[in-house]
Amino acid sequence: MRMLVGTFAALLSALVIASAAEHHSCDIPDYLLSANNDLKRVTAVVKNDHRLTIAVFGTGSSALAGPNGPASAYPARLEAILKQRLPGIAVKVVPLVRSRQTAEDMAKGMEKIITDEKPDLVVWQTGTIDAIRRVEPEEFRSALDEGIEILQNSRTDVILMNMQYSPRTEIMVALGPYADTMRVVAQQREVPLFDRLSIMHNWSDTGAFDLFATGNDNVLASKVHDCIAHGMAAMILDAAHLRGNEQKTVQ
Amino acid sequence: MRPMAPYKFRRPPESGKIPAMHAPVITTGRDLRLDLFRGIALWLIFLDHIPSNLVAWVTIRNYGFSDATEIFVFVSGYTAAFVYGRQMRERGFVIAGAQILRRAWQIYVAHVFLFAIYLAEITYLANSFENPLYAEETNILDFLKQPDATIIQALLLKFKPANMDVLPLYIVLLLLFPPILWLLMRQPSQALAASVLLYVLTWHFNWNLPSYPSGHWFFNPFAWQLLFVFGAWCALGGAQRLSTVLESRATLVVAAAYLVFAFLISLTWYLPAASPYVPQWLEELIYPIDKVNLDVLRFAHFLALAVVIVRFVPRDWPVLRSRWLQPPIICGQHSLEIFCLGVFLSFAAHFAMTEVSPALWMQVLASALGILIMIAAAGLLTWYKRAEGRSPTSGPKKPPDADLAGGEA
Repeated sequence: MRMLVGTFAALLSALVIASAAEHHSCDIPDYLLSANNDLKRVTAVVKNDHRLTIAVFGTGSSALAGPNGPASAYPARLEAILKQRLPGIAVKVVPLVRSRQTAEDMAKGMEKIITDEKPDLVVWQTGTIDAIRRVEPEEFRSALDEGIEILQNSRTDVILMNMQYSPRTEIMVALGPYADTMRVVAQQREVPLFDRLSIMHNWSDTGAFDLFATGNDNVLASKVHDCIAHGMAAMILDAAHLRGNEQKTVQ
Repeated sequence: MRPMAPYKFRRPPESGKIPAMHAPVITTGRDLRLDLFRGIALWLIFLDHIPSNLVAWVTIRNYGFSDATEIFVFVSGYTAAFVYGRQMRERGFVIAGAQILRRAWQIYVAHVFLFAIYLAEITYLANSFENPLYAEETNILDFLKQPDATIIQALLLKFKPANMDVLPLYIVLLLLFPPILWLLMRQPSQALAASVLLYVLTWHFNWNLPSYPSGHWFFNPFAWQLLFVFGAWCALGGAQRLSTVLESRATLVVAAAYLVFAFLISLTWYLPAASPYVPQWLEELIYPIDKVNLDVLRFAHFLALAVVIVRFVPRDWPVLRSRWLQPPIICGQHSLEIFCLGVFLSFAAHFAMTEVSPALWMQVLASALGILIMIAAAGLLTWYKRAEGRSPTSGPKKPPDADLAGGEA
């Protein structure tokens, strides 16, 4: 018993130390942003054509509601950050939000996006709807495969983005198997994965954001989206081996 | 086949008024290792079910391919064969079959009860949840808009919220069990072969049961039956037949090597820097490790664990009788009750983490408190059972499986 109490006390003191060290910013640990796979087309078009068109193809969590919603959601923020970090490059980020679509629905729409928008890079955000509907993991996996194949065949770069970390709804939906599937597919298809789930989890753990909070306004949501956009911009520049301007503190 | 040791709940000496018609009490008694590991599996399942719980780092799923579910299903198959096999031999197919079906019914009732608690928690959370960041996630609650369909589908075991998949699997396994047990007692090898065949055909033809609103069962009963039947086969003499294999040094070496391999692979899940060291061909060979259909890698990982455990934890290990191992053992002896309690406690822990604090101290507190509550409840159930065993009204007419309920499937 004494040993148990001792362990407990040690854990508590470790916590006090840990919480004293917490920092309030949208820093992302390097291991969560490391992209092992290159974005070759992005490198080429930025260097040769001085332009970059990105399509963010996602579901509801790629948008924010309200009058300021579109401007503060991460696709618009990504465009602003990339423009600032890549001066002289015509950066365009097109948000293509299809709420309530599963990965399979989205894979079916992939061809049309390539012809309509001619993106150099597609940020494919998916997984949430599949997890909520409990789509069979194997079906989810083949949908991802199919969508990425279409993009790769047309030489469009891809970044996969997984779900948000949503602590309050965590017990109601098992994201784990779907996040694992996305990681495996990204590895096999050699595309970077923006691990939004782990990144937001990390923000919650370090106390950067209180993701348990409730409230009607967009204050927290806008900050989180801004940080996601910063992380995404860093990943794109890194994976495309581009040295952008140092980022200014845009907050 | 070697005669089986009768399944016997240990009673204090004064309550040993066992009717003579029951099988003779053999001193070896039950294999406490089963209760021990099932008890531990129940704790691990509880810890894994609390979302974002750092304490869950200790659970075995982080160190290899299989997790506590495999242990639970295997031990359940083993004990089910032990209990109902004896019933079938002594009292015939009809009585034993009826007892198995009654057990399935009890588990069904427990599942519906848990579903009611789950609904209570999430409807409460739904009303208190308002955050534009998570507009999409609130779609999870869509099913509350059609309670008519949802509740009926839940009663049909087609709608199963997250973390509530194990009991429905168990119900289906028990429903299928009477004929399997009948065959296992006559032609054990054929029965096991039939189970393997069903597993292979399931993989080949993608058989599974449908879910609501879409998809299939998260634990495919046609695949997971392999582990359950294998457990039953081991209980009915299979373990003895395997003993030369189990005791060979080569088996131990292979099992240990496989465990190390699985551990190294699992490291790459948490240390992305290590993943480039896994060759592409190996990745393509092993992934995805399919939990739905009990991937062969998972099954093999469980077997390897079992080989190592059986080797180092002998059946008559004196420590099994020590006071310190009583908590997991009594939890394992009341598996259904403690499993359900664990699911409820994981909801409660999540609730406390959302409403009070998600900090690490709360995770530790909720995990520790949850396990203590599970132990306390198991102690209470043991006490009840002893008290009832002593009472004069519950004489020899007591249905046999009530005696054994704790160790049952």
